[in-house]
Amino acid sequence: MAARDPAEPNAADPAASTAAGPAASTATDPGAAIERAYREAYGAVLATSIRFLGGDFDAAEEAVAEAFAAALETWPRDGIPANAAAWLTTAARNRALDRIRRERRQADKLDRLGRETEGEVDSMQIGSEDRLEDDRLRLIFTCCHPALPLDARVALTLRTLGGLTTPEIARAFLVPEATLAQRLVRAKRKIREAGIPYRVPTSDELPARLDGVLATLYLVFNEGYLATSGELSVRQELCAEAIRLASILAGLLPARSETHGLLALFLFQDSRRDARLTSDGSIALLEDQDRALWERGEIERGFVALDLGFAAARAVPAGRYLLQAAIAAEHARTIDGARTDWRVIATLYAGLERIDPNPVVTLNRAVAVAQADGPAAGLSLLDDPMVRGRLAGYHLLPAARADMLRRLGRLPEAVAEYERAAALAVNDAERRFLQRRLAETRQ
Amino acid sequence: MRYILLVYTPESEQGRGADPAEAGISAPFLEYNDWLDERRIRVAGERLAASGSATTVRLRDGSRLITDGPFAETKEVLGGYYILECRDLDEALEAAARCPAAMLGSIEVRPIVPQPGMTGPEPAARVPGRAT
Repeated sequence: MAARDPAEPNAADPAASTAAGPAASTATDPGAAIERAYREAYGAVLATSIRFLGGDFDAAEEAVAEAFAAALETWPRDGIPANAAAWLTTAARNRALDRIRRERRQADKLDRLGRETEGEVDSMQIGSEDRLEDDRLRLIFTCCHPALPLDARVALTLRTLGGLTTPEIARAFLVPEATLAQRLVRAKRKIREAGIPYRVPTSDELPARLDGVLATLYLVFNEGYLATSGELSVRQELCAEAIRLASILAGLLPARSETHGLLALFLFQDSRRDARLTSDGSIALLEDQDRALWERGEIERGFVALDLGFAAARAVPAGRYLLQAAIAAEHARTIDGARTDWRVIATLYAGLERIDPNPVVTLNRAVAVAQADGPAAGLSLLDDPMVRGRLAGYHLLPAARADMLRRLGRLPEAVAEYERAAALAVNDAERRFLQRRLAETRQ
Repeated sequence: MRYILLVYTPESEQGRGADPAEAGISAPFLEYNDWLDERRIRVAGERLAASGSATTVRLRDGSRLITDGPFAETKEVLGGYYILECRDLDEALEAAARCPAAMLGSIEVRPIVPQPGMTGPEPAARVPGRAT
């Protein structure tokens, strides 16, 4: 290894960390620290490593895996670095450099390419905070490239930027793990073989490329917000990541109303995260939430984004994210849930249904109609055989029907629907909520 | 990276090529070729004769099977190709989208697997009016 090689980052070396935060003093368990670093920093470390390695996802994933392995080895011995992400990025970069040198030597063009490698070392600076954000943006536009099938774009974004494991993603999208793993392999092969570039699209290409990115971020946020696995009901960091990326996109494309719409939607939803769960960990319905727990700062940022979105949408009809944000805003507007204007919400859902004729939207409109015009009106919308057929297996359909039946006093039918919903629920918090409602209805 | 643009067009469009009077290159393609050459990305590009002139060969159990016509009978047939030297897929897709045939048919963009030691011809430097 050349003498000018950056040394393995040393936990005790303040140069290895850009911010000596409180992490060093609070985190004393190296295992927990590595686990947290994986959740929080995997995407960023990988994004920068892919740039180092000229867009080679597999090589970068290997370098990052080696960096985490090095952390497992050295952190218990040398202590946990203050800035775990910086340590891991440096470690992954050193692995990437070793790899490039190895490959160059194999190419047997040492003399000429040796100089290029030296040049590359200079271009492989980890760089400023801005540069690192660019890396993540590069990564998301590459993962969301239209030459990739949509399901692969989502899986790749979650796997690389979100650092979710293959089993977690498979569960989120209800496909077998082997199918998901194959999807990721094919996507990375296509990126490599077809020459999909690792860069942010030019301003000409950006608008067309945006829709796929928005759809992907939406799914990432939902994966964080409606966590599918076990007890960890709110994958806060995933939501924060989706908000961060949405905010960068809105800054890049201020004239595109949907970037603001998506950001506003995320912020309104995220503002409720502390109120969403009751003390026993079950889901609190919007109407039962303690709205004092809603994060006012996020709501204010949400309204700013919503206004920017509607200002940008003057010439074009509001898109799906802006309409959904407007619905969330109607809830955020009233500190007293009883004064929610459900008729406005039902109208917004009807607008959404026109853009996106989707049975889940119909389900939500029915819930709003049930609030505005009574449970019988809502129930009749849900009796549509098309809606029932397409939502078979989706736990929120029996849950919504159960609630309307209960309010109509049709208790035996309500009990049957709660039982059906609890059996279909995908996470513990929702299951606990449904079982509590079931017990109340049976009394 | 080197890409091939497989230009599929409806058979009626392709059929016109059979008329020697129309053997030349139409104005939109001349313009397109100039556009490619300004960017110095065109390595090769040619129009194929009508699919009715195609013959398909297969070797099965040692015997040669020769059939009339293209490999697959479809509404759109392979009418021509370009080989381009592009920075990446985005540049190749941009070039494909500008091909006049993209409005009538479809362009399949495929990377060409690089062969070590075989670089092939370099992109032409502005050869206006050359046949495609």
